[in-house]
Amino acid sequence: MISREEFAQIRNNGVWSQNTSLVQILGLCPLLAVTTNLVNGVMLSLATILVMAVSNVAVASLRNLIPHEIRIPVFILIVAALVTVVDLVLNAQLHQLYLVLGIFIPLIVTNCIVLARVEAFANRNPPLQSLFDGVFMGVGMLWTLALLGGLRELIGAGTLFSGIDMVLPGVQPLQLLPADYPGFLLAILPPGAFILLGCLIAWKNWIEARMAARARRPGHRQTATPAVADGR
Amino acid sequence: MIDFSTPPYLLQAHTSVRRVMVQVLVALLPGIGAYVWLIGPSILLQLLVASLAALLAEALMLRLRGRPLGLFLSDGSALVTAWLIALTFPPLAPWWLITVGTLLAIVVAKHLYGGLGQNPFNPAMIAFAACIVSFPALMSQWPVLGLKLTLVEQLEMIFGLAPRIDALSGATPLDALKTALKIGEGNIDIPTLLATQEVFGTFAGRGWEWVTAGYLLGGLWLWQRKVIHWQAPAGFICGLSLLAGALWLWNPERFASPLFHLFSGGAMLGAFFIVTDPVSGCTTTRGRLIFGFLAGVIAYTIRVFGGYPDGVAFAVLLLNLCVPLIDMYTRPPIFGMKDGK
Repeated sequence: MISREEFAQIRNNGVWSQNTSLVQILGLCPLLAVTTNLVNGVMLSLATILVMAVSNVAVASLRNLIPHEIRIPVFILIVAALVTVVDLVLNAQLHQLYLVLGIFIPLIVTNCIVLARVEAFANRNPPLQSLFDGVFMGVGMLWTLALLGGLRELIGAGTLFSGIDMVLPGVQPLQLLPADYPGFLLAILPPGAFILLGCLIAWKNWIEARMAARARRPGHRQTATPAVADGR
Repeated sequence: MIDFSTPPYLLQAHTSVRRVMVQVLVALLPGIGAYVWLIGPSILLQLLVASLAALLAEALMLRLRGRPLGLFLSDGSALVTAWLIALTFPPLAPWWLITVGTLLAIVVAKHLYGGLGQNPFNPAMIAFAACIVSFPALMSQWPVLGLKLTLVEQLEMIFGLAPRIDALSGATPLDALKTALKIGEGNIDIPTLLATQEVFGTFAGRGWEWVTAGYLLGGLWLWQRKVIHWQAPAGFICGLSLLAGALWLWNPERFASPLFHLFSGGAMLGAFFIVTDPVSGCTTTRGRLIFGFLAGVIAYTIRVFGGYPDGVAFAVLLLNLCVPLIDMYTRPPIFGMKDGK
């Protein structure tokens, strides 16, 4: 079973301190290509969370059976089977969105985050821990991609939630900036994603530096955080 | 008494960033003068908007980075960037466009890379490239020549009080040439175009040729004052005119003369004020020559065969990426050493 501390550590690792996009900088390809708006970023993250959670559990359950030498092909087979399921489900249920996300759904197989978690975590930990690791790593990716997608969409087009009607029929996207906003195309193009991702990483480092400075201040209660030895 | 002054065989450099920047600003004045004569006072307003935005952004970033405000604000480097941006943007562009460009240049291209002396890319060219990619329509609306707008009308255009009528906006001579050739589908040749269309003047774009001649004048003055080295501009002009000249000799009906290309678009401004940037350009003597030459070749290629009206900005940015490589291969031998050993 899982202890409370262990759960908290897995949660913090995934959502903040080992954040896939801001710290590990993994999976940049879908990050750059898909986060042109908020809905795309969120939907791709949800698909990735599903794949990560299930593949982590599968690998963790089979970890004592998989021969060490050929573990990577076996992992890929497991992940590919799951991605095929997600791909077919999205194609059948949310076809419009499937067309938008396009090649990036099948490419979840090659997304280094999925393989990295399977190899670094699920291969060495029991299924329950692995499940939480997959989910929270995915949540870390989800909020980052949502933030990045939202920022890019807002700066680039002045809207938010455009394309939401593909997921929830009848819901209208928000037009946040005036309708004659000319649109800052650079934010939608790949350079905008790089620049904004750089800003987000700087923002995260700034917050951590501030928290560290506050913790060092005399009179403040020392809370030693254990160093996390975690595979990248 | 012992004389402690510097011995005569040592060169004394009375240079500071501020002196250099002020001289660059002065050298831009002939071009600006011709610009005002051609377009009207709107360009002065754009210069003012860009300068204010640049100084504000500079002050904000210096404050955030904890750097001395007065020292860096008064060195004039932000003003040079701002003026170059204002001179490359369309003179009747809305005020926010030039503000966005200037903010990008100062905040992203200059300070995020470490501030004065650290930026790998020319900030003014980053502003131009980012804006022409993001707002292609606004960035290619140049006022039709002979259109006499009063100061108030120009103000209204810039501050968005008057509707932006498309008829008010023409193309640059380079754009006009490219479009006419494309529409003509081979039935029209350049000598006829240059002679018949009123957008073209004596040897380049009507009026614009004198603005670029003003930049040339200022550039030569800078060279005479030893503020810039001759290698980068010479290389740029060589690269541009050799390629342009070769194609022109081969087929003068399809390709304009080197003279036309030198005095059109951003060529002269680029040759003397952009590729000579001491920070983002090459630092070795031979490197400057290569840098300028390749920038000229790429600028011509993008301008004639590419989709954008002018290629100087993209050429300079591409070459900025190559600067470490060029510098590495052109490092001069250390005194007393055999070449390269």
